[in-house]
Amino acid sequence: MTASGRPGSAIAIESLQFSYGTGPRVIDIPHLEIAPGSRVFLHGPSGCGKTTLLGILAGVLHATHGSVHVLGHDLVRLSGSQRDAFRAEHIGYVFQQFNLIPYLSAYDNIALPCRLDARRRARLGSVSLDAAIRDVASQLDISALLDQQSTALSVGQQQRVAAARALLAAPDLVICDEPTSSLDTDRRDAFLALLASSVARANATLLFVSHDAALGSRFDVQLSLPTLNRAARADAA
Amino acid sequence: MRVLFNLAWRSLRNRPVTSILTVLAVALSITLLLGVEQARRGMRESFTGTIKGTDLVVGARGGTLQLLLGAVFGIGSPTGSVPYGVYEQWAKHPAIRWTVPLAIGDSHRGYRVIGTTPGLFEHWRYRSAGTLTFAEGKVIATARDVVLGSDVAEKLRYALGSEITVGHGLNAVAGLGDHESHPFVVVGILKQTFTPLDRALFVTLDGIEAMHGDEGAGPGGAPTMPGAEAPPVMPGASPPTAMPGASAPSVMPGASGPAYTPPSNIFQDQPKALSAFLVGTKTRFETLRLQREINQFKAEPLTAVIPGVTLAELWRTLGTVEGGLRLVGALTIIVGLIGMLVSLYSSLEARRREMAVLRAVGARPGMIVSLLVLESGLLTLLGCVLGVGMTMGGFAIAQGVIESRTGVHIAVQAPGTLEWLYIGVVLSAGVLVGLVPAWRAYRSSLADGLSPRL
Ligand SMILES: Nc1ncnc2c1ncn2[C@@H]1O[C@H](COP(=O)(O)OP(=O)(O)OP(=O)(O)O)[C@@H](O)[C@H]1O
Ligand SMILES: [Mg+2]
Repeated sequence: MTASGRPGSAIAIESLQFSYGTGPRVIDIPHLEIAPGSRVFLHGPSGCGKTTLLGILAGVLHATHGSVHVLGHDLVRLSGSQRDAFRAEHIGYVFQQFNLIPYLSAYDNIALPCRLDARRRARLGSVSLDAAIRDVASQLDISALLDQQSTALSVGQQQRVAAARALLAAPDLVICDEPTSSLDTDRRDAFLALLASSVARANATLLFVSHDAALGSRFDVQLSLPTLNRAARADAA
Repeated sequence: MRVLFNLAWRSLRNRPVTSILTVLAVALSITLLLGVEQARRGMRESFTGTIKGTDLVVGARGGTLQLLLGAVFGIGSPTGSVPYGVYEQWAKHPAIRWTVPLAIGDSHRGYRVIGTTPGLFEHWRYRSAGTLTFAEGKVIATARDVVLGSDVAEKLRYALGSEITVGHGLNAVAGLGDHESHPFVVVGILKQTFTPLDRALFVTLDGIEAMHGDEGAGPGGAPTMPGAEAPPVMPGASPPTAMPGASAPSVMPGASGPAYTPPSNIFQDQPKALSAFLVGTKTRFETLRLQREINQFKAEPLTAVIPGVTLAELWRTLGTVEGGLRLVGALTIIVGLIGMLVSLYSSLEARRREMAVLRAVGARPGMIVSLLVLESGLLTLLGCVLGVGMTMGGFAIAQGVIESRTGVHIAVQAPGTLEWLYIGVVLSAGVLVGLVPAWRAYRSSLADGLSPRL
């Protein structure tokens, strides 16, 4: 997708401030810019606001101060339903764990974003949903698991299914919130390799969050949230 | 929408026990509610549909309901007996278009034997102006003829030409006290009417008399009227011309009253008394006047009832009971729906993660609301469908039992307007109930964002 507002950056944040309800300020970022197609590693200690920032970027949480341009859309100015539509169309999201709807099969979990949103589905072009699912499943090595109930999968398998779902139908931005923290080292490395190649193939921007700074070397850009986020520094002081 | 429906459906299937229990609770309460309604409607239609076209039912003085139920519906016994002469006398009343006498008191293998005239087949109307039609054979004419209701012919496997003996009293056991010396021959079989007539045998008044006469003198010689203990009208074996009614022509109300003339001898053996007689009047207005006149008749204590009016009294009496049952039905619905609310609401805590995932893959908060409302709506809908099925199935099964116990044929009907209204109310209530957990899920999915507190 071509960015309309600010060409040249996948994410552009200016003086963003956010707090949950009337609670303390969780996010206070004066400036942050991420180039399209880059693979970004964002790290910081627990509670520094990583998940919160991802929620804002995905349009689930609504910041009212500053501007948050994602793929050219200023999420601060979009309404709730516009942000939902935006997320459905452009973003793939992987949680730390419990990514899957328990009563759906792996296949149906992967299909969900395309089934919920027609525009996300339209990104497949002439490719059928079924073919796309089987393609992304083979990339992530879960072809044999598609018919399984998601509760029957191991944690590592679940994370790969979640990654397949996030990558289906060429999202512009893939957001991963500590997707490897419940995996052992071997599985973590395999998962990261699969994720990196799939994201590269989809030409998407990857925003990968972890508290484990050691993973950073595998990414193009490494960012430390506490250094970006004034709220976190104030908190830590 | 289809996706959401699918999600809701699978989510329910993922919790089979609570889902099934919820559906059952709703279904049972619907069954109770609809069952009461069906029984009410079926019974009313069955009763009103049985006796169309008859303006008055006249019998010995007694309870109006007892007279109607005993004479027309074969429930209990009629109020007593009406001397034949009195009947003949009233039959000539100028307001009367037709009369049909009924002598009830004998039975054949548990089915009522009704002594009557061919006029019954001509004047009896049931449901929407249906006349009695013969499946086979013809109308009774001689003292040996018997016409069978369809159930009698079918259950006892009688055909035209079968010979039948008739037993004493209404609850006669087969073979005991049968009037064996006067067998009847089946000359006709009626088509099914779904009225108590299906379960009756029809003979001529001659037939009744001949049957009892053949037994010889003594108390057995008189027609075995159920009301035999009631004011005895029969002074022994007096000849038909010595009717008690004959003694009181002067008491007849005014000139409009029927003048007494001795009964014409169309029957060789006139029965000495009837149980009741049906009357068709010339106009509606005459019906009311005639009823009053008969009820005030001094020479013989009689009761005349307008079937519709008496049935309306019956419905009014039953109304309290029905109201109570309906209240119980409504309460069970409320209990069922509260059960559903509890199960949906308490499942929410465990489903916060699921909601966050749905949000992350693009579901808007409205979809979360729709999902939960769909779930409660689906549960209620399934409950309603099952409930309707159980009601209909229940009645289809119970129909035979009810009919053989009471003679009331309750047709299995598709739900009527009132029932649809109930179902509609229950469905909307189910959806409304779903809004409660939906609202909570909506609020928490907005507040949680992507990191639900687990
Ligand atoms: N739904 C919420 N409501 C209120 N406060 C919240 C909510 N989610 C997070 N917070 C608060 O916001 C701050 C940042 O939380 P966040 O989840 O973004 O941290 P994180 O960096 O993702 O931590 P972790 O590494 O443990 O996941 C914390 O102080 C947390 O208590
Ligand atoms: Mg987090």
